[in-house]
Amino acid sequence: MKTKLTFAAALLAATMLSGAAGAKTFVYCSEGSPEGFDPGLYTSGTTFDAAAHTVYNRLLEFEQGTTETVPGLAESWEISEDGLQYTFKLRPGVKFQTTDFFTPTRDFNADDVIYSFERQWKSDHPWNQYVAGGSWEYFSGMGFPNLIKSIEKIDDMTVRFTLNQQEAPFLANLAMPFASILSKEYADKLEADGQMQLMNQQPLGTGPFQFVAYQQDAVIRYRAHEDYWNGKQAIDDLVFAITPDASVRYQRLSAGECHLMPFPNAADVEEMKANPDLKVMEQEGLNIAYLAYNTQMEPFDNPQVRKALNMAINKEAIVDAVFQGMATPAKNPIPPTMWSYNEEVEDDPYDPEEAQRMLEEAGVTDLSMKVWAMPVSRPYMLNARRAAELIQSDFRQIGVDVEIVSYEWAEYLERSSDVNRDGAVILGWTGDNGDPDNFLHTLLGCDAVGGANRAQWCDEEFNNLVVEAKQTTDPDERTRLYEEAQVVFKREAPWATLNHSLSIVPMRKEVEGFVQSPLGDFAFEGVDLVE
Amino acid sequence: MFRFLIRRLAVLIPTFIGVSIIAFAFIRVLPGDPVVLLSGERGMSPERHALIMQQLGFDRPLYIQYLDYLAGVLSGDFGNSIVTRRPVLDDFLALFPATLELSLCAILIAVVLGVPLGILSAVRRGSWLDQTIMGAALVGYSMPIFWWGLLLIILFSGVLGWTPVSGRISLLYFFPSVTGFMLIDSLLSGQAGAFKSAVAHLILPSIVLATIPLAVIARQTRSAMLEVLSEDYVRTARAKGLPPRRVIGLHALRNALIPVITTIGLQVGVLMAGAILTETIFSWPGIGKWMVDSVFRRDYAVVQGGLLLIAGIIMLVNLFVDVLYGLVNPRIRH
Amino acid sequence: MATTNPKSADAGIGLEGGPDTAATRRAMLSEFWYYFRQNRGAVVGLIVFTLIVLVALFAPLIAPHNPAMQIRGSFLLPPVWQEGGRWEFILGTDAVGRDILSRLLYGARFSLFIGLVVVALSATVGVIVGLIAGYFRGPVDTAIMRLMDIILAFPSLLLALVLVAVLGPGLLNAMIAIALVLQPHFVRLTRAAVMAENGRDYVTAAKVAGAGNLRLMFKTILPNCTAPLIVQATLSFSTAILDAAALGFLGMGAQPPTPEWGTMLAEAREFILRAWWVVTFPGLAILITVLAINLMGDGLRDALDPKLKRS
Repeated sequence: MKTKLTFAAALLAATMLSGAAGAKTFVYCSEGSPEGFDPGLYTSGTTFDAAAHTVYNRLLEFEQGTTETVPGLAESWEISEDGLQYTFKLRPGVKFQTTDFFTPTRDFNADDVIYSFERQWKSDHPWNQYVAGGSWEYFSGMGFPNLIKSIEKIDDMTVRFTLNQQEAPFLANLAMPFASILSKEYADKLEADGQMQLMNQQPLGTGPFQFVAYQQDAVIRYRAHEDYWNGKQAIDDLVFAITPDASVRYQRLSAGECHLMPFPNAADVEEMKANPDLKVMEQEGLNIAYLAYNTQMEPFDNPQVRKALNMAINKEAIVDAVFQGMATPAKNPIPPTMWSYNEEVEDDPYDPEEAQRMLEEAGVTDLSMKVWAMPVSRPYMLNARRAAELIQSDFRQIGVDVEIVSYEWAEYLERSSDVNRDGAVILGWTGDNGDPDNFLHTLLGCDAVGGANRAQWCDEEFNNLVVEAKQTTDPDERTRLYEEAQVVFKREAPWATLNHSLSIVPMRKEVEGFVQSPLGDFAFEGVDLVE
Repeated sequence: MFRFLIRRLAVLIPTFIGVSIIAFAFIRVLPGDPVVLLSGERGMSPERHALIMQQLGFDRPLYIQYLDYLAGVLSGDFGNSIVTRRPVLDDFLALFPATLELSLCAILIAVVLGVPLGILSAVRRGSWLDQTIMGAALVGYSMPIFWWGLLLIILFSGVLGWTPVSGRISLLYFFPSVTGFMLIDSLLSGQAGAFKSAVAHLILPSIVLATIPLAVIARQTRSAMLEVLSEDYVRTARAKGLPPRRVIGLHALRNALIPVITTIGLQVGVLMAGAILTETIFSWPGIGKWMVDSVFRRDYAVVQGGLLLIAGIIMLVNLFVDVLYGLVNPRIRH
Repeated sequence: MATTNPKSADAGIGLEGGPDTAATRRAMLSEFWYYFRQNRGAVVGLIVFTLIVLVALFAPLIAPHNPAMQIRGSFLLPPVWQEGGRWEFILGTDAVGRDILSRLLYGARFSLFIGLVVVALSATVGVIVGLIAGYFRGPVDTAIMRLMDIILAFPSLLLALVLVAVLGPGLLNAMIAIALVLQPHFVRLTRAAVMAENGRDYVTAAKVAGAGNLRLMFKTILPNCTAPLIVQATLSFSTAILDAAALGFLGMGAQPPTPEWGTMLAEAREFILRAWWVVTFPGLAILITVLAINLMGDGLRDALDPKLKRS
């Protein structure tokens, strides 16, 4: 089955190579293999880039280059007075892709929307467990199972979502990859053929590119969707060349084997900028790296101690040594590109002497503590080990002994969530939907203690602010609440905010129309190659 | 001969069961919960965690899980990857040709260069040539190949720009996978330049992977040759005035090659270990890299299935070598 | 990489059995030294190895810097002979401003330590298990050898990798894992040697004289199997260093900031195109050390193996 399909695809590609001279092929050296092609099942950006941003669309989309939502497959929507009912008018005349493996007979409609959400929502849905042991991580992570009361089809082109409580970030959530809209007709066909697992191997949607073939751990191939509702793409073929090693990606890029790459080694960026064949885009990423104290443990339950330690950390040195300068020191728990970022907040100065004095004043002497360093490299923290070593030598200066500990990644995540954890944890976060709620409530709210709130920090004043902001739909009011929350955060200092990393995208000179996403996505809609 | 084969197979079965128990047990005691990784920094509620564990069947008693697994394995089901959810066997079969192609090229280089160099060394025993070859062989044998690979990349890809850095073929070429061997498929595709590209991609990884087997084979051939050359019948042949070339070619070589064959067979395990490093360095999409990635991703099912499949292959190859050895050397047949 | 040199497995039994007095021992030693000296490579290996041992012992005295000290503002300085290099850092600095030379010197300690511990562990366990298997035979032997077959069925590095993943990444666990995958070679070798010796007259004589099992195993038989074991131990020493470095390189061995050579290489990988020196020197150090040990190993084998001596 598989060979036959790739063969057919290959014939097509071969004819295109030989016949249609000037067919534009855009090659993206991606950083890893997708886990699968059903964006609902996974959480990694790699998978979203390969499936959600190529093959699929969502009801709402993030406007390219921003975190604002714009109409996607939904043309317009209305929110009821009480903020509980969202009614979406769907875009008419949207075509699904026609591929070697499926030919659609109808346009996109309400059935597709309902199918796409119900399969993730209802545990008795035939597609809920179509992949053995599969789980809908984001759907549950964003709280949808408790949030959604009903999804109804009003007519073929109208769908209504009813919520159990007010949730201001709901619209932004619908623009996230897990909310991609699949084809109900394709699903029905696969179900009838007893081939349901193909949904995760041969995706089919309404997006700008259609799936052609995947060679495991090597190459994914796509072709422009002829009837794409937003206009056929300028490039004919899109290729993801899977290249996990950053220095190899760079070599391929400079050799012209690919046109664009994600996540360069910070060490290579200067050289890339000097290379006349390349251009480099950079933007502050929607992320934060932090050192979270356990605020429920002595002596870290004392804000003055936390503050003192924060003042002993030389963030500039971390930015230099870990990111080769490709990051900015952080003062707030949300990144500067996010709305409601509070410019007024002043960062704790780097002042070891004052820090030592404050520690003595708090009655803390001979302190020895653990600092946890993540075993993996993440976009917000390329090398936690290195950062931990720098913090260790910073703290030694003020007489605090640091033991660096690390665990295997899964264990690290699990153990660091424990309320009784010993030590301060280096960790970070990359925003999902561009909403401050996704940082401030998700990472620092009282609900998240014992979970994503690694500081185990439950501050009544702060929590009230972020909960209120969640239930308010007025943007100005929300901004005010979040700005105030950031002031409380800085005063109480549950974290040392370390840095926001820059997201750097090197590409060939001939690449036009690529827009850097603050969410860290790599989406190639609108990209072109101009000699 | 037949009884010999049966006996060897009879030994293989308990070993295979032992291997499967070890592969299974390893993975159960692996720290770090793969389910936790699914939700990353966000974390997961205990209820949800329990639910997923149950869906994956991890909540059942261990011996039931094992028997289930064994039954699956016997019917060709090696379980599904926890990360990708694809069947482990499918991934293995998709990636194995890449490793096989690389290994075959490496062993080819090792044999084609190693055997003649070893013979040359033995024949010219004590000469500067012998010393150079054996010196080089010892360096090769002592080589940390992961570093060797990096050096070659710096030199040939970085400084000289002669070879591509990674992958199996240039992305310009796209053709169906018929045999899974890029060299053959690229020829079948009939696309101009495809074969050349495949060769260029294969050359550095093959050299790196061949380094240690080449050294071992050269050394082994030399000492086997030396031993044979000192045997009585060779001396007799020499004394009878046969030309040296004939003595070496006809009498000595044939007998010297018997232990060399065993050595070559033994290199399969070495190649697999080497493939782990070589594939990691060159981003070669084969099972060595797949195993390393899976270990890091805590993909229980893949590590377990991969260990079993790889051990199974090595056992079969060793059996094959044993049988071959028995065929060429009747004295072994007990 | 962990396979032993095939030659050692069937190497001869070495020194003749019988009563060993101080005089014969001295004679044997001088004979050994005579043959060892014949092999120029082995002597070079011995000299280099001695130097490495000295470096490891006196690392704190000769290293110009503290290997863990990060000198701010001197990130990725090239070696002294290249433009931008400083005499202060003869082989340059790494990404966080640590002196590479000092780290290499200290790294020698780790590599030798790894080699020693692994060999001690795998040889002790392997010899005891091998003695038991070879001496008692029967079902004990079968069970032990089957277990060894199972271990040998996996590629050694893969097995070590998974073992370390199970035990948790780190130097100690890496050493345990490598010792475990190396010990079947000792078991097989000891067993074969014991079985060959068991039928000899002097063993029978000791049996008749009423020696107990333990005494027979350890005092009578074992000393006469030492030659191949010494050769095997040397080979395992170098294999252990290589495998530990490989595990370090894969991120499963010693953890940074330990100046272990393989771990240094792993850390240096991202600078491969920008700073060749951070990649080149640690690997060179591994190669030189392993080469020296293997040269010695060859010499030892030649000197201890009477069969080769004759040819």
